[in-house]
Amino acid sequence: MSLFLIAALPFLGAVFPALLIRAGRNAAASAAALTTFLALMGLLIHIPSIMRGDVVTARFDWIPGLGLNANFMLDGLGFLFALLILGIGLLIILYARFYLSREDPMGQFYTYLLLFQGAMVGIVLSDNILLLIIFWELTSLSSFLLIGYWKHLPEGRQGARMALAVTGGGGLAMIAGMLILGNIVGSYDLSVILQSKELIQASPYYLPALILILLGAFTKSAQFPFHFWLPHAMAAPTPVSAYLHSATMVKAGLFLMARMWPVLAGTDAWFYIVATTGLVTMLLGAVIALFKDDLKALLAFSTVSHLGLITMLLGFGTKFAAVAAVFHIINHATFKAALFMTAGIVDHETGTRDVKRLGGLRHLMPITFTIGTIAALSMAGLPPLNGFLSKEMMLEETVHTTWLNSPYLVPGLALLASLFSAAYSFRFVSHVFLGPQRDDYPAHPHDPPVGLWIAPAFLVVLVILIGLYSAAIVGPLVAVVSSAVIGGEKLPYYSLKLWHGFVPALYMSIVATLGGLFLLSMHKRGEQLWNALPRPEAKVIFEAIINAFTRLSQWVTDELHNGVLSRYAIIFVAFTVGLGYYAYTTGTIGVETRVPLPAQIIPIIGWICLVGATLGIMWFHRNRLLSLVLIGVVGLIVSVAFNYLSAPDLALTQISVEVVTMILLLLSLNFLPTETPWDSSAARRWRDAAISVVAGIGTGALIYAIMLRDFAFPTISDFHLANSYKGGGGTNVVNVILVDFRGFDTFGEIIVLGIAALIIFALTEAVLSTNVRGYLLNRKPHWPQSGDSHPLMMVVATRVMMPIALMVGAYIFFRGHNQPGGGFIAGLVVAIAYLMQYMASGYTWAIERQRFYYHGTIGWGVLIAAATGLGAWFNERPFLTSDFGYINWPPLEEFEWATAMLFDTGVFLAVLGAVMLALDSLSRFAWQPGMAREFPMDINPLRDDPKDEDKEKEQA
Amino acid sequence: MEALVASAVGIMTAAGIFLILRRRTFPVILGLSLITYAVNVFLFATGRLALNAPAVLNKYEEVPYTDPLPQALVLTAIVISFGMTAVIVMIALSAYLSSKDDHIDMSPQDSVDAPGEDA
Repeated sequence: MSLFLIAALPFLGAVFPALLIRAGRNAAASAAALTTFLALMGLLIHIPSIMRGDVVTARFDWIPGLGLNANFMLDGLGFLFALLILGIGLLIILYARFYLSREDPMGQFYTYLLLFQGAMVGIVLSDNILLLIIFWELTSLSSFLLIGYWKHLPEGRQGARMALAVTGGGGLAMIAGMLILGNIVGSYDLSVILQSKELIQASPYYLPALILILLGAFTKSAQFPFHFWLPHAMAAPTPVSAYLHSATMVKAGLFLMARMWPVLAGTDAWFYIVATTGLVTMLLGAVIALFKDDLKALLAFSTVSHLGLITMLLGFGTKFAAVAAVFHIINHATFKAALFMTAGIVDHETGTRDVKRLGGLRHLMPITFTIGTIAALSMAGLPPLNGFLSKEMMLEETVHTTWLNSPYLVPGLALLASLFSAAYSFRFVSHVFLGPQRDDYPAHPHDPPVGLWIAPAFLVVLVILIGLYSAAIVGPLVAVVSSAVIGGEKLPYYSLKLWHGFVPALYMSIVATLGGLFLLSMHKRGEQLWNALPRPEAKVIFEAIINAFTRLSQWVTDELHNGVLSRYAIIFVAFTVGLGYYAYTTGTIGVETRVPLPAQIIPIIGWICLVGATLGIMWFHRNRLLSLVLIGVVGLIVSVAFNYLSAPDLALTQISVEVVTMILLLLSLNFLPTETPWDSSAARRWRDAAISVVAGIGTGALIYAIMLRDFAFPTISDFHLANSYKGGGGTNVVNVILVDFRGFDTFGEIIVLGIAALIIFALTEAVLSTNVRGYLLNRKPHWPQSGDSHPLMMVVATRVMMPIALMVGAYIFFRGHNQPGGGFIAGLVVAIAYLMQYMASGYTWAIERQRFYYHGTIGWGVLIAAATGLGAWFNERPFLTSDFGYINWPPLEEFEWATAMLFDTGVFLAVLGAVMLALDSLSRFAWQPGMAREFPMDINPLRDDPKDEDKEKEQA
Repeated sequence: MEALVASAVGIMTAAGIFLILRRRTFPVILGLSLITYAVNVFLFATGRLALNAPAVLNKYEEVPYTDPLPQALVLTAIVISFGMTAVIVMIALSAYLSSKDDHIDMSPQDSVDAPGEDA
């Protein structure tokens, strides 16, 4: 199966549980399991090539300009992690089906889980570090959803936020590190980076890149001092803890370190940062774990400790340590997932996870006892279980490690950590299962149904088998993975077996085990001592830091965004003017190359009108109706100017938009105050005027300078002129650009226009559903109303004009490809024809005769345009490639057809629908009871005779 | 001619900016409309001015054409700006009808919202 499909399957499958949950919980769980199973099978069929040591790849150039390619590769290391993710994922899906209760939204759970799974698989299969970062961040986000799955629990929400803040923050650091790394090498492809060890380690940016990448890895893998989020993430349901926090997500950091091992490891910096962090984490985690009473917290800190162990091994930088790390990753995943599931079962059946309230469960829950004990003893490192083997290898390696000239420091501390590790493992067994049976369990404990224990049982069988027959079962896998970690070089000598003879590691193991038993027997005393010790509470520190940041950003936001829009506007304008001034003083300007056109008398008259109207608006803007009239003058002159300056299409568009805009503004003025009161001081007005004048002079001068100079470089306009007829089949170049060359832009624009109209509709609906409606119904108009609200003359004239206007619209539409016109203008013209009917006979009358919905018109417009674009695919052309030809029907002259015409139909419908929906929505504000008229016009003689009130009432 | 267009753009921009710095919704809408005109003419003028040279191909003789690209850009800009104006008008209107106040600035009381602890 292609690697693309393996990586995509969990994402695709994530849809199904959410949908299928209506068909029942089994359906949702089966869908999730089936998806995972398929992906797992897809992975397993690559076993032969992986075992040969080949690398399976799948490449796809996604955004080559950024170096971001969707390249996937599958080598031994990726295979191991993908196997853990998908294999344990499958077991967790089974376990969660029985673990979650009836009240939990199970569809959501599986959807989140599959999203997470997909992101994890993506990380381990990525052959591009940018792609890896994307998946990395996806795991942070999806784990946030999973940890906070029980939304009603505050611990869940806090834990989720803490995990997101820590791992997301680390992810940001890692992005920076990866970018530096990519810049050093000159490629973002892992396969290239992994070949460039000398280049990277010789670079002066090696250390910053290393630290940043390690920040990402350490936060994800809960290394000291970022370990504190993991125990808090335990507020998640147990299946999540078992999956994310033992087998997969926390191992992502280890994966990254192992992946980068061939190029980053082997330096002093790597050794002292990674190995020391790992050692400290291992010891600290083990000590804290011993004193945790919550079963899951105990396991969480033990996970921290084991992650530290693996980190330390990777940090040693020797090949043997890398093999040991790989082996321990496998072993830890098996026994720790089993332990988490055991803890979940205990919690589920007894109602508590508090060790102090448990004990004596071995007779009540024999199956759980067996599973939990074997897994815990493996964690303690007892033979013949798999935990023993990798711990031996770890201890063996520490003996050969010197830390700052001290040969005893590392082995000593590692031994101490192993001792504590053994102690908390024994405690897990003895304080939960051994001891006297109690009679105060919150529930009546008994073994769970087979669905709950089968998954951990399977893992425990693996624990034993790997322990007994390690070389046969996982030997080849360890070899392949290790050789991938150490970069394909020759493997060191090692043997996976239980008995190595009397080596130092064996004595250390014996000491650790005996010491662990001793510590357990002293646990009560130790606990008193532990509780008496002062120790920093990570959560308190974390929250203090977060709160400080919150206060800071709140202060900044409050200062910057105080809700005074005019202040934002003035800052924006002043800043832009400043930028312009900077550009003016630092830039250079070429010589004038164009001769100005002579100004004739008519343009001068137009200029006087425009400037007069503009100044008039400024002067009289308090009189709102007058300023509307004046702005109409401005619009009119602008459209005439477009026409004069060889832009007939623009002139047509501008003048029709002018009409609808004026209607819109007039309608709105109906409801707004008619005067603008004086509310800024004279000083403020002068300040604003000064800024405006400077901005105006700058803009005018800029365009003046542009107009007198030719383009410095050839433009693409010549291409459009040359190819408009040849390639687009139309002679109106502006229209051909709109529907053909830049059709994709136009497509986006009609969508935007449609969205704007829908926003207006939605706003209207929202406002009319509040108490505003009552106000509008009883509103008194600003001005005395005309007696003839629907005058006969206007009604007759608009009716006569309707077919003519539609005809003009059709004419403009059809000639658009070759002459000025087109869908935009035709849409506006037809909209005006309809609007005239609204104005003449009133909203109610018109709406009753309306046969089509404007929403639908917009939708059809967009769909037709999209369908035209998709049509090109069937001819194996890119989206929106147009085609045209000529048809000769006998009675008609030869005429042209073009698919662009169909696209233009879409534009036409979208524009028509959007304009009508916008104005229609606004008119609904004006509706009042009693406005409904049976007749299209007013012929009511009674109204002219107000004294005859009785008669009028009778009439009503 | 160029001087006329440039000065018109400058004056419309200045008037538009002056109006959007007012404190009521209606002058701001007018100001935005004026700026829209100014920007559209500005963009159009980047194609340089030409008389009697529309970008409609003449099959019969070689004639000069004006630059079609800015025109195509401005054409959609005009239509979109109608959509934008309509949305702003509706927002302004809804705000006024709901609160009977057409100030665009929030008063200090409006911005006081109790930060709720969601944890």
